[in-house]
Amino acid sequence: MTPASHDMGRVAGRGGRTAAVDLRGVHKHFSHVRAVQGIDLAIASGEIVALLGPNGAGKTTTIDMILGLSQPSDGTVSVYGMHPRKAIEHGLVSAVMQTGGLLKDLTVAETARYTASLFASSQPVDEVLRRAGIGHIADRRVGKCSGGEQQRLRFAMALLPNPELLILDEPTTGMDVEGRRDFWAAIRQDAELGRTVLFATHYLEEADAYADRIVLLRQGEIVADGTGAQIKALAAGRTVRATLPGADEGELRAIPGADSVEVRGDTILIHATDSDAVARYLLTATQARDMEINTRGLEDAFIALTGDDSAGQASQAPAGSLQGGSR
Amino acid sequence: MSATQVPAADLGARRPPGMGGINVTVLGLEIRRLLRNRRTVIFALVIPAVFFLLFGLNKAYANESVGHGNVSAFIMISMALYGAVLATTSGGAMVSIERAAGWSRQLRLTPLAPAAYIVIKMLTAMVLGAAAVIAVYVVAKISGVPHMAPGYSYLWFVTPLCVWIGSLVFAAFGLFMGYLLPTENVMQFLGIALMLFAFGGGLFIPLSSYPHVLQVLAKFTPLYGLNQLVHAPLLGGGIDMVWVANAVAWLVIFAAGAVWRFRRDTARV
Repeated sequence: MTPASHDMGRVAGRGGRTAAVDLRGVHKHFSHVRAVQGIDLAIASGEIVALLGPNGAGKTTTIDMILGLSQPSDGTVSVYGMHPRKAIEHGLVSAVMQTGGLLKDLTVAETARYTASLFASSQPVDEVLRRAGIGHIADRRVGKCSGGEQQRLRFAMALLPNPELLILDEPTTGMDVEGRRDFWAAIRQDAELGRTVLFATHYLEEADAYADRIVLLRQGEIVADGTGAQIKALAAGRTVRATLPGADEGELRAIPGADSVEVRGDTILIHATDSDAVARYLLTATQARDMEINTRGLEDAFIALTGDDSAGQASQAPAGSLQGGSR
Repeated sequence: MSATQVPAADLGARRPPGMGGINVTVLGLEIRRLLRNRRTVIFALVIPAVFFLLFGLNKAYANESVGHGNVSAFIMISMALYGAVLATTSGGAMVSIERAAGWSRQLRLTPLAPAAYIVIKMLTAMVLGAAAVIAVYVVAKISGVPHMAPGYSYLWFVTPLCVWIGSLVFAAFGLFMGYLLPTENVMQFLGIALMLFAFGGGLFIPLSSYPHVLQVLAKFTPLYGLNQLVHAPLLGGGIDMVWVANAVAWLVIFAAGAVWRFRRDTARV
């Protein structure tokens, strides 16, 4: 198994209210590609959640299903207890997509008016443009706007129905540092009003800085779910690797200080915050031999946690040292 | 800032829009977009009127009568039909650009129903079609050459209405092609296709001047039936069921094609 830690502080579903997002056993296959392989995820109202993972981890596929743009091959997706499409029709959910989705021949204000008119009730266009920081370019053609301005327009369009849940798919791709910071400041300010926010990113710092909770995806599966601090703690530990024929996974999990355990044939990989305790246990209480202890940096750990496993090559250790760092 | 509060408990107060999201604001903006496109305006509104001025003002046409009017009136109807089908086809084909821009996908994040989007595209195309018909008739009327026989001046209203309604077939054609073809060359392709259809339908040259084989083939082209039907009130010679069959068959083909591609498009992604 992957170094998943389903026991890490999950804050979903608190208070017994209807979850903003509820995914159960969701799979999505595209002919031969298994983009999402069994995701269970509940997001409570008011949470700010980051879907963190490298390209191809299944972030966009998952978001598409939450938005009703595609249907799961298996499992159920509900948004505020409704079918995703119904939630959109009721103006409960809106999204800022990565690219596209704008007409060059409309002005900024026209694009917003067009979008606003499609909802049963909408915020005033002028006010929303101002909040997104593009009030001064309302009469500019979309085709003449910079990438950052277009992204702010997408954000403004998403705010129009005053949604309960705002979804952002890699919203700052292609922005410079300053644009990125301004954009997140606007989102953060907006979220303080109580909106639920779910965003996808492949930047650990971005997830850590702006989310209350980080869901780490790798190859279509959730490999970790917790606060930024928890994810960093998970990433900051060491990995103990040893040869132990006939290892009992359950017994290894019970070792004090072991966060996750992976058994690959005769090789065991134990990720641990207290690697000394694990090593001591393995050497004294088991027949483990050929022991290696690897430490790793935050970024390496993230890459290792989320990196591509290259179709199950046993030599590559996702919880191990730098071997997963090819991406 | 009270308007910006996110009320956590108003789930029940939220509702979907009426008519699948179709509304006057959207129609107005869509028409404005079409008129902003200089190429569409030139092709649909200017060229047919210019064609009428070039081909319809011949002295002989003014004096030669055909049915309840003169030849110039006959050509006016042909050019109005050409303009209307150019306009409605361009209007329908705009879906191609919107798909490429990701706009169709963006609209799926709004309450707008996919079928309502198609209705908006059709309505917009028909508005442009009406403008094309009116442009030709106004230019023709100002020229003073087309003429309807005494007691038949109602043809000034009946014939453009027939042309306009008939051009609905090509709004469906435009949609079908818009979903079928890549954006880069959709309008070039459609411009050529419509020119061929116009020749096939006898809009530019009477079919009787074609060799026999071409005359037979022409009867199967998409503008043949429509062209005959819209001239029928002027000619007063009744309606041949072959014309109706041609027009209805092409409407069914184009509409079915558009629905087929549209379903694939919305199922995808």
